[in-house]
Amino acid sequence: MSTDLRAARRRLLLDSAGIAASAIGFALVFGLAARDAGYSLLEASAMSVIAFAGASQFAAVGYVAAGLPWLPIIVLTFFLNARHLLYSASLAPRLRHVSFLQRAAMAHVLTDEAFALAATHFHRVGRVDIPGYWIGAVLGVFIPWNLATVAGYQLGSVIPDPAVLGLDIVFPAAMAGLAVGLMTGRREIVAAGAGAAIGVMASLVLGPSVGIVVGGLVGPLVGMAMPGRAHEVVAGAGAHEHAEELHPMSSVPLGHVNLDEAIDEAEEDAHLDDLAPKPPMPFGTFDVEQALEASEEDTRAQDRP
Amino acid sequence: MSTDLVLLAVLMGAVTYPARALPMLAPGIERLPPRALLYLRLVGPAVLASIAASQTLVHPNDAGVPQIVIGPEILGVLVCMAIVWWRRNLFLGLLAGVVLVALLRVAGIG
Repeated sequence: MSTDLRAARRRLLLDSAGIAASAIGFALVFGLAARDAGYSLLEASAMSVIAFAGASQFAAVGYVAAGLPWLPIIVLTFFLNARHLLYSASLAPRLRHVSFLQRAAMAHVLTDEAFALAATHFHRVGRVDIPGYWIGAVLGVFIPWNLATVAGYQLGSVIPDPAVLGLDIVFPAAMAGLAVGLMTGRREIVAAGAGAAIGVMASLVLGPSVGIVVGGLVGPLVGMAMPGRAHEVVAGAGAHEHAEELHPMSSVPLGHVNLDEAIDEAEEDAHLDDLAPKPPMPFGTFDVEQALEASEEDTRAQDRP
Repeated sequence: MSTDLVLLAVLMGAVTYPARALPMLAPGIERLPPRALLYLRLVGPAVLASIAASQTLVHPNDAGVPQIVIGPEILGVLVCMAIVWWRRNLFLGLLAGVVLVALLRVAGIG
């Protein structure tokens, strides 16, 4: 393991410690709330192990305590957790060479915090680091969340309100801090700013669970409207410092090729092609049928794997 | 010991897992066009900022209607962001943000 990777993992562990503090605070309260709502310890733990979705677990506690039927709880859970689609889709292109079973297991522990830690860590080391994913998702979130659920259930009212200790801001502050780590270019900054603004506006109208998703969906579109290649201008997080390492998705060393930069360059090339002056075309030599056939052939060629 | 709600936990997990897994397990995601890959790359900062801003600024009023609330939390989050930007250290940022908010609340602000 290279020194840089070791250092990045140490930083990931430190970041995970902050996230774990937040997870512990809220899972303690969940355990307590579950006990007050009449859950058994096994039921409370099953929620944290199997559903493993904080907001829906809290919502379920309230609904179960109120004696509501299960169907609305399940429907609400689906909508509350639909945002995970975004996380999964965002990580998926980087994980294509990870085995199916491992990806299936990774998906179970994919939460807001796990995504934030993984995305920032991958960005920092400039490549996929599967052990790093597990460090963030399991050591940083899954284990603390589940242990604290049990502790909260057993300790009961001894537990102080996280808000009294200021722990209620750990989650949003951690999300904001990890977003800062991903803002390494103009597009990322604009996407984050737009995501925040749109998320707040949509939350006011549609509620936070929907608003967050709207911000996450529309923000990138705004970012894409910006010209790229600002990585060098804004202080980077060291994302491209390790491009010479062997890319885990490939048996070929990447050298200085970087996917992000390659995309930007390809787009710039495309724009340059658009802007380049075209020689005037003599109308007499233009064959519409031939042009259409050529265009169709190009399309077929692009569709080929 | 009651086990009735274990089934509810399984059902909640069953409706959550597809959202977490489907894109990761879908074949051919690596063959997406560059624009789609760029979009997915920008999802990270956008959705994290969206979560942070919504959780910090939007809170339900007594009637349960979401409204913008400016409190010490925003200061805690901004301090955390500044420290992460400056020192590249999330743990330090979180510590500073939490201490600041706790102190402001003790002082009766927010």
